[in-house]
Amino acid sequence: MQTEVVTTNSEDAAPGNGLDRENYINAKHGIWSWLLTTDHKRIAILYLITITLMFFLGGAFAAGVRLELMTPKGDLVDSDAYNKLFTMHGIVMVFFFLIPSIPAVLGNFLIPIMIGAKDLAFPKINLLSWYIYMAGAAFFMVATLFGGVETGWTFYTPYSTAFSHTNVILAAVGIFISGFSSILTGLNFIVTIHKMRAPGLTWFRMPLFVWAHYATSLIQILGTPVVAVTILMVAVERLLKLGLFDPALGGDPILFQHLFWFYSHPAVYIMILPGMGVMSELITAFTRKRVFGYEFIAISSLAIAVVGFLVWGHHMFVSGQSTYAGMVFSALSFLVAIPSAVKVFNWSATLYKGSVSWESPMMYAIGFIGLFTIGGLTGLFLAAMGLDIHMHDTYFVVAHFHYIMVGGAIFAYLGGIHFWWPKITGRMYPEYWARVAAVLVFAGFNLTFFPQFVVGYLGMPRRYHAYPDEFQVLNVMSTAGASLLGIAYLIPMLYLTWSLFAGKKAPANPWGAKGLEWTIQSPPTTFNFEHQPVVTEEAYAYAEGHDTTHDPAAPPAQAHA
Amino acid sequence: MTETAAVPAENHDSHEDHAHAHPHVVPVRTYILVFLALMFGTAITVGASYVDFGHSYLNNIVALAIAFSKAALVVLFFMHVKYSSKLTQLAVGSGFAFLVILFFFVFADYLTRGWLGTPGS
Repeated sequence: MQTEVVTTNSEDAAPGNGLDRENYINAKHGIWSWLLTTDHKRIAILYLITITLMFFLGGAFAAGVRLELMTPKGDLVDSDAYNKLFTMHGIVMVFFFLIPSIPAVLGNFLIPIMIGAKDLAFPKINLLSWYIYMAGAAFFMVATLFGGVETGWTFYTPYSTAFSHTNVILAAVGIFISGFSSILTGLNFIVTIHKMRAPGLTWFRMPLFVWAHYATSLIQILGTPVVAVTILMVAVERLLKLGLFDPALGGDPILFQHLFWFYSHPAVYIMILPGMGVMSELITAFTRKRVFGYEFIAISSLAIAVVGFLVWGHHMFVSGQSTYAGMVFSALSFLVAIPSAVKVFNWSATLYKGSVSWESPMMYAIGFIGLFTIGGLTGLFLAAMGLDIHMHDTYFVVAHFHYIMVGGAIFAYLGGIHFWWPKITGRMYPEYWARVAAVLVFAGFNLTFFPQFVVGYLGMPRRYHAYPDEFQVLNVMSTAGASLLGIAYLIPMLYLTWSLFAGKKAPANPWGAKGLEWTIQSPPTTFNFEHQPVVTEEAYAYAEGHDTTHDPAAPPAQAHA
Repeated sequence: MTETAAVPAENHDSHEDHAHAHPHVVPVRTYILVFLALMFGTAITVGASYVDFGHSYLNNIVALAIAFSKAALVVLFFMHVKYSSKLTQLAVGSGFAFLVILFFFVFADYLTRGWLGTPGS
């Protein structure tokens, strides 16, 4: 750790800033030093760049969907083009943005540092996972260039195997390949967390971010192979006319739904659990308190990961599944609410009597609590078998999962990116603009998706490009919100890029937060720590009862070596 | 949260490294016996498919039971799980447990689908 050097640094640099010293960014130069790197921090940057491109691609498809839905008639695009727009939006956002987002960027960057290690357990496999992701994305981009797919991101049979004339196989292969990147990331995290924790860092001293990624990795390893096989079965049935899902050939289309949702429901937890890990870090840092009920939050991550595997049938209540199986799945789905509620209540309890401050990451965190709660509770509506017959495949479902995936996962991602941006880049972003963007994202998000609850409850089905006139007001509101949301996403893109060149130099610990990552310089050196750190305290050991509001000028909490 | 100590940054699980240095050597005889058992399993799978056990699902149960036994032999001996650490056994076991979950709930659907009949038919 850069201790003595810190105080003798040049005047303009903040204490603990490493931009003028050797760090992981300036340690090596040239394009190959990035493309062949095994440094977990550089690989995180590679992921950051690629998933950001994917995010804006997926956003562009969403813009097409929302523009079409401004008017009741299908006048902007025809139904085939519309089917492609929502399919590509779903595939890009789920498989190429949300699943890698927090684990591959923030998890990659932070997990080794948070547990006091030099790198992940398998640095080369980590790089391989990025190349596999790129190969999968390349297949998908080729599918897009050849005209795209229109099966919905769910690839439901028999449509995808027997009827669709679009590039189902190409897109399926892309998803199949990218799945292995997810498996390798999960494998790397599990081995790293088991084997490479610093001396003194017991399981119940680990930051909750690490716990959440451990649970996520379990799902990635145990679930992803199933979807890979399932997608492969779709391709095999299309190519070889093997009777797996087609009833005419002796198969069963509902078997596809079982296999698909066995992974794809837990995949929702791959998206949200890392976000919950980010939340625990943000809430504690900006309330200056130890998190309320640490052990419960840690174990609830594992509970969500395990119980999340037992609920997939709630996607199939109206698709021909046995009513009795539906009842079991419905009851089990209600169980997931318990560990989720444990987290929400514990974060809320952490706020109580905390020294809450309102930096932009905290604004995203508070937004997350409310939006995730709405998304979670409307999930209970849909888990109730009777109500689901009315709501199934309506915009209510669309609104519900966007409250989880955007209001939850993307809010946590943006909050996390802002929170650790000084550590990743060594630069501060402009706080004023970050707050403006956070408010606009919140407003734009709610204006987009709250009307969809209403219009869905009134009976508007999803996946149609035309709708009855009486739904237009709510749809125009939603499109207006989406426009605002689009602008709000661009603002962080602009000021974060600007901050790379002109942002104020960040100290080692700009937020006065606890955690090993804040004890080293910003940005870190290639091997993170000069000496092996030894952990002597529990996580989030804030001095409670004192107003320890952070002072950027204060020396970082690493004054002795 | 931390103190720095003059400990070099390296792995601290030296006793496990020690275990890796002396891998368990399986006698060739064992491999041959397992291979013969697998071949025998294949033979009785084919044989059982010609026997009508009365109910159609009984044939499935017999075939799956043989298949699982063969898989267990491969995992335990060819993949060395029998001689591995408890952690490895836990990892393999949990993968198997999730496979059981997949089969269990899929069968919970398939075996009860006819119980209520189809409305209107």
